[in-house]
Formats: sequence, C-alpha cells, structure tokens
Amino acid sequence: MNAVADRPLGDYARLQAALPGQGLPWLERWRAEALAAFAASGYPTLRDEDWKYTSVAAIENAVFDLLPPAGAAPAEVSAKLGAAIEALALPGACLMVFVDGRYAPALSRLDALPAGVTVASLAETLARAPERLQAWLGRRQFHASPLAGFAALNAAGFADGAYVHVDQGVTLAAPLQLLFVASAEKLATHSRNLIVAEAGSRLDLIEQHAARGAAGYLSNVVSDLAVGPGAAIAHYKLQEEGARAFHVAAVNAELQQGSRFASASFAFGAALARTDIAVALAAENAECTLDGLYLADGRQHIDHHTRIDHLVPRGTSREFYKGVLAGAGRAVFNGKVVIHEDAQHSDAAQSNRNLLLSPLAEVDTKPQLEIWADDVKCSHGATVGQLDPEQIFYLRSRGLAAAAAQTLLTWAFAAEMVERVPLAALRERLDRLLRARLPQSGETLEVWP
Amino acid sequence: MLEITNLHVSVDGKEILRGIDLVVQAGEVHAVMGPNGSGKSTLAQVLAGRDSYTVSAGSVRYDGRDLFALSPEERAREGIFLAFQYPVEIPGVANIYLLKAALNAQRQHRGLPELDAVDFLALVRDQLKRVGMDEALLYRPVNQGFSGGEKKRNEILQMAVLQPKLAILDETDSGLDIDALKAVADGIEAMRRPDRAIILVTHYQRLLDYIVPNQVHVLAQGRIARSGGPELARELERRGYAWVEAAAAGTGAAA
Repeated sequence: MNAVADRPLGDYARLQAALPGQGLPWLERWRAEALAAFAASGYPTLRDEDWKYTSVAAIENAVFDLLPPAGAAPAEVSAKLGAAIEALALPGACLMVFVDGRYAPALSRLDALPAGVTVASLAETLARAPERLQAWLGRRQFHASPLAGFAALNAAGFADGAYVHVDQGVTLAAPLQLLFVASAEKLATHSRNLIVAEAGSRLDLIEQHAARGAAGYLSNVVSDLAVGPGAAIAHYKLQEEGARAFHVAAVNAELQQGSRFASASFAFGAALARTDIAVALAAENAECTLDGLYLADGRQHIDHHTRIDHLVPRGTSREFYKGVLAGAGRAVFNGKVVIHEDAQHSDAAQSNRNLLLSPLAEVDTKPQLEIWADDVKCSHGATVGQLDPEQIFYLRSRGLAAAAAQTLLTWAFAAEMVERVPLAALRERLDRLLRARLPQSGETLEVWP
Repeated sequence: MLEITNLHVSVDGKEILRGIDLVVQAGEVHAVMGPNGSGKSTLAQVLAGRDSYTVSAGSVRYDGRDLFALSPEERAREGIFLAFQYPVEIPGVANIYLLKAALNAQRQHRGLPELDAVDFLALVRDQLKRVGMDEALLYRPVNQGFSGGEKKRNEILQMAVLQPKLAILDETDSGLDIDALKAVADGIEAMRRPDRAIILVTHYQRLLDYIVPNQVHVLAQGRIARSGGPELARELERRGYAWVEAAAAGTGAAA
C-alpha cells in the first residue's frame, strides 16, 4: 500500500457512513472497489506520462475537511451568499445550485423544465429511485481514466451532483445551469453528474464552478454524459474557482449513432486546475466539437487533457483550444485523437494556439494523433506565439496607449473562443469574465469593443 | 509645423538616413520621392515613432516641440497620422471599433467629450462615401481579408475621421488600379487645408497628377539630393532616378 495515500484512505473509509446510497449493495461495492483502486495507485505523480507537467503534490500535502462545517447546510445559506449566487445565475437558464458540494433546492430554479425531463440531486435520486442510476453509475471504468487516483476518490467519496435525464425526442429550450459554489475554506468536495440524453433529445448544459467566500479548497468533479442516437448535448464548462483552489474535473461523453456533442471548456480560475475530457464516438456518423480557452496568470497552472476515440467508421471530430499565459502562469494542453482500426472514413482536426505574454509564462502543448485505420482525414497543429509588434505599433500610431493595444490584441485573440458560443447570455457572461481576467486589463482600455 | 534638422537614422547598425533637412509649413503638401532603398519609408516611420529605428543625430520639431520626446500614441493624439504602406491586419478587432477608439483617444487628449454613437456613425458614413468604401467593411476585422485597394482606402478613411494636423502617406498610391488611385487621391486632396500639412511619400509621379504638391524632394542614399517644384516630379518621370543618384553619389564622395 502506498504510504502517502494512507491518510486520505482512512478518512474516506470513515466518510462512507455520511455518504448517500447507504444500503445499496452495488454502490457500496463500487465505492469499496474505488477505495481499493486508490490504495493501489495513490495520487498521480510526475512519473505518470499523463501527469508529466502537472504536480499534485500540493493537493497531496494539503489537509482538507471532507464534510462541510456543521450547521452550514445549504438550506441555511446566508442572505449574502444567496445574493452572490443569484448574481451567478444566467438569465433565462434553468438553475441547479450546489453549495459546497450539496444540492441547494431553495437557490435553484427548475420550474421551467418541460415534461419528459428529470433534473434532480444525485443523492436524492439514490435515496428515492436508485434503480434509475444503477445501470449508469460505475459504467465507466474509473481506473481506466487518466485521472486515475482522482476518479477513484470521486467514486469513493461523491456526496452529490446532478442527475439529468431527457426523454426521447424532448428538447430543452432553455439551457440548464449546474452551478457549483464553494463557500467553505479547506473543504474537499467530490461531485458527480450523470447526464442521459435519450434518442433525438437536445440539451444545453452549463457546468460552472465558482467560489464565494472560500479561496482554498479542492473541487473534484466527474461528469458522465450519454448522448443517445440522434441526440445533441452542448456542454459548457466554466471554471472560475478561487485563487488558491485546486480543481480536478473529468468530462466523459459517449456518442451513439448520428449524435452530436459540443464541449467548450473555459478555464479562468484556481491555483491548480486539471480538466480531462474524453469523448468516445461509439457509433457511426457521430460528431463532436471540443473548444477550449484557458488563461493562466500569476502562478496559476491550468492543464487540459482531451482524448477523442474514433471507434467506428464515419465519425467527425473538431478540436480547437486557445490559451493565454501571463505572469508566471503555466498551461498544459494534451490532445489525443485515436482513430481505431475499424474507424474508416474518420474525419478529425485538432488545433491548439497559445499566446505567451511574459518571459516567465510557459506552455507545454502536445497534440497527438494515433491512427490505426488507413482511409481517414486527419490534421493537427499547435502554435506558441507572442503579440505582434507590428500590430501594437499600428494601434499606437492610431492613438491607443501601448498597454491598451496589448489588452485589445490579447482580448481579440481569446474572444474568438467566446464568440463561438451560440448562447447569447452565456457569451456575454464569458466575455465579461474574460475582460476582467485579462492581464493589465481594467483601465487600460477606455472603451471596449 | 515640421522642422527636420540633420536627421541621421540607422537600423541594425546600418545608417539609412544620413542627414535630412526638411521644413514643412502648415497648408503645404510636400512630395518625398526617391528610388527603392533611398530611405523614404524610414523617414515616414521614424516620424510616426517606430522604435526599431535608432536616431543617431539630428532633431525633429513638430509644432515647436521635440518630436522624439513623444510616444507614437502621443504623436497620434497630437495630430500626426501615418498612412501605412502595408496596413496591418488585426484579426478579431472590428474596423469601426478601431476608428472609434482612435477618435476617442484623440478627443480625450484634447479635453473633448466622446462622440455619441449616432454622431460617430454619421461622421464615419459620410467619410465612407467620400473614399468609396463599402459599409460592410466597417464591421469586418481591421484590414483582414481586404483587397490591396480596400486597405489603402481604409487608411484614407481613418485619416479623414481623425483629421490630423500632419498627414504622412507612405506609398499610399502603390499597388492601386486607376479607379482606386483616383479615389485615394481625391480623399487626400480633400484633406488639403491651410492649417494642415501633408507629406506624400511616393515612388511614382502618377499620384502627383491628381495632387499638385508645393514642393518635391528627391531622396537618394539617405539624403535629400534635390528639391524643387512640381516640375521636378515630371522631370523624374522623364529621366528616372539614376541621374539624381549619380549626383548624390558624387556629393557623397566629395563630402
């Protein structure tokens, strides 16, 4: 047994009694297996190929609470926190709020959901209708995920999350916002979302992670999405965690015949953030789009690992990630596309572009294509560049201050990813966040575009 | 308005301008001509404040002030405008935004309030018609995907909106077909005013068929080899640059 892993293991074993799903043998077995898997693997280290550039020693060495402080049940959220959360709600969206990893129904707004849609707390569903979850939970092999130890800890320790089920042919006109808010310092939360879109259904999902009142904590989240035949899910992940927070997240999507999955990951916050997105094109004519934008400033470290498996013929995948690195910020992009032997006529394109604003900033980018079929169309590329002095001089010669010119060009580089978001309210919110997060923003631009 | 005295400029240790003397008064149009590599564009860029050049000697006074004490943006706000030989593409920044930001930077510098959206758009549309540009280009990223002629017209549009005191046009006529040349020339001619000076940097005489300059200067090997009236441009058109260069080489050797 890994000695380092001893402490969390002991804690998580003790935690079991406080977790939902007690008395469900299949779940207890699954959680026990997860604990055993973690005991065997421990936390990932720099020796693991998938963690070569991202050290989680800081997470390993930190001491976290595993349960929110007593008396801070989400039902009793303070007025101040309630108002802060209200400000995070996206206009026009259905809203599901989780405070410190627990569902807060009083802050949520689910009345506008159409018939044929179930949106519920995962903990509550485990209590009331566990049979709806049994077939799905644990279907993904947590030990196969590159998140390894973190996925195992999530399985062993998840307390809540969203369960979303959309019946065949049903369309959600309004987006569904899953808002995870951290308010307790030093807390480790493990959240788990299960999204099932039956044949021909449509759903826009916003998974947002923010901090109000807490700065340092661990947020470890797994989202599993099943996209049925002809169904379409758009998944927007918005990470604006606290300045000292650790954020580890997995997004796993399985695509059936003729389905579409659009993922966009916006990573702006946290001290250390790692997001793994895995898409399996499991049936023919499925299509996925993976967009991403990461900003790392100060000493932030932001890591994205994506993997797209073309398992069958005629799948299409498009991936486009951009990053802005300032200060001593650091980013990792690892994008793997695997075209399996049977996946003839696959069409895959991948691109990663980075803007380095400081000599201390760093990015490690690794686009990877692994092709086992012979009749495919694939391309990939990565660039790392700086602001163009010609463009800066041109703008200055028109009267813009040097700092304003830099801010404007940086914004223009990053805003391309925001403009690709089709939801106007979300696009507006993202643009506002982007402007606020840009290095030396604020007063540098008198007027924004 | 502009007084250049014994200006020496080098780039990467190589001296490009080797003692330029030039005085441009308000209300005048000066043409700076010369063969490729004579230093015409260097002069234009140095006046606008490009920092890849080193001024090793000499001075430039603009409205009585030391030009080199001003940053490029301060020069722009004080009324200097450079129309680029190769206008720069700025992906992601709408053309109309740049016009607005540039105009507001200038107005703020002068203690004037921002133009409201209605007045601004009216102003831009008016100028747009004069340079014969499609309004759709306002909403496209700056110069991105513009044809050569559209880029040059866009420079003239910016100039017309910003109404500079000193306009420097760096080979704005190059690469234009005859219609675009006419439109650009009309745009420049319309800018002529008693309180404004214009410097036209050009290789060819043809722009001067439309805009008759007060003075023509010929640059050769980093110096003004010859100055004269509009007839000098026609002489260059007839005889080429070789005779001026030969004469300049002669003076250079003698000095």
